[in-house]
Parts: sequence; C-alpha cells; structure tokens
Amino acid sequence: MMNTPQQVKNPSSSLKSRFITRFLGALTKITAEDPISSSSPTRIFQRYRRIKVASNKSMAYSVRSRRIWSRAMLSRFRSRRSAFSGRRSSVKTTNCTTSPPPALIKVTINEKKTAKGGLDMQTDELRELVPGGEAMDVCNLLDETAHYIKCLTTQVQVMRKIVDFYHLSK
Amino acid sequence: MSSRRSRSRQSGASRITDDQIIDLVSKLQQLIPELRGRRPDKVSASKVLQETCNYIRSLHREVDGLSDRLSQLLASTDTDSDQAAIIRSLLM
Repeated sequence: MMNTPQQVKNPSSSLKSRFITRFLGALTKITAEDPISSSSPTRIFQRYRRIKVASNKSMAYSVRSRRIWSRAMLSRFRSRRSAFSGRRSSVKTTNCTTSPPPALIKVTINEKKTAKGGLDMQTDELRELVPGGEAMDVCNLLDETAHYIKCLTTQVQVMRKIVDFYHLSK
Repeated sequence: MSSRRSRSRQSGASRITDDQIIDLVSKLQQLIPELRGRRPDKVSASKVLQETCNYIRSLHREVDGLSDRLSQLLASTDTDSDQAAIIRSLLM
C-alpha cells in the first residue's frame, strides 16, 4: 500500500535546499580544481561531465536511501568508484560514466497492446529510464517514476537559475 | 475497493488492484506538462506511459544541456564560496 505522507514541513523545499547546497558545493570544488583561465575544449568537456555527475549525485544524495531509484543510483556510483580504484566488483560496470546504458536495438511495441496486462509490456521502456526500474513491480515503478520526475524537474529548475545568474553577471 | 481476486499472488509483492494502478497513472499524468490539463479518463494509460518516457528523456537532455552551459560559463568565472552564498540566497 502506498503511503502518502503529508508532513507539516513541505518536504520538497527541504529536498530542494539540500540539493542546492550539495550541488553548489560540488560546483565550487570543480572550479577550484580547474585553472580558471583554462578554456580548452578538453577541459570544458571534462568539466561538463563532472558537473553532470555532480548534479545527479547531489540529487541522489539529497534523497538518500528513501527511494528505490535513489538507492539504485547511489549503488551505481559506488560500484563505479570501486571499479576505478582497481577492485573488481560483482556489479557490472558501464564504460561510460555519464551517459545511459548503450541503447539496445529494440523495437518498442506501442501500437500492439496485449489483451491482458498490457501495462507490463509498455513499462519496459520506462524501466530503462528510471534507475532500478528493472526490478520494481508496476505499483512501485509508477510511484518511483513520479518522485523521480519531481526530482529531475527540481534539478533542472535549480540549474537554470544558476546558469541565469552566471549569465547575468558577465 | 476493487474486489477482484482473480489475480494470483505475485512473487514477493502483494496483490495489486486495478484501482491502485489507475490512481498512480493519473497521479503521473498530472506531472507531465503535455497531459496535465486533460481529464484522466480521456487519457489512456499507455499514452501516459509513453509521454512519461518522452518527458524523462527530455529532462535528461535538459540536465545535459545545462551542464554543458555551466561548464562554459564557469570556465571564465571565478567561483568562490561568496558567490555560492549569493546564489544560495537567490535560490532558496
């Protein structure tokens, strides 16, 4: 059964502020470790990747282990880290650190719905997009997706404002 | 409450009722800009799922694009903790 917590404090604003604090901290670190005057394409690309990871990480850490998707993301980050340090982990590691898993050549059957339980077939696509989606039952998948979308929109919202800020201060 | 008992117990999960699924799907629908204003009974579940996937992908792309822009803006900006404090106050 799904519980719908209605806490006295607005939970999403504290999530947002946790994300902001973490993400800004990460940005400060990223720019501190990079020579300011450096603007070579390679540098900028590396920075882009670090920023993207920082954004996703900051959100996942802000949600902590309260959600299946955030737990899945956090364990992904940890397994990546241990892979880089040379230890072999049992979890399969992806080669690329920031992009989603390589697209399988798969035909998504949309026009043809099965008579019964048509929902199961159509959740395949969604399962690939939501971290940890493969193992969730339909109920959890839908619930987790809703939360995941809320978090993504918060990420985007905050990042846009930061971009605007820097844009205006130039 | 739905009194359907035809479904056998699924592995590890409690029986999921159709009402629960309908509930969750309409909740999802409200989050998607494309479908937000429309009446839940007018939008099929498969449409909601499809649009959800599209929306998530577009959000991923936005994060991507914004990360890219930030990487270029930060290249020529001196970010320190003072700036971070300013931004934080603007965003909160």
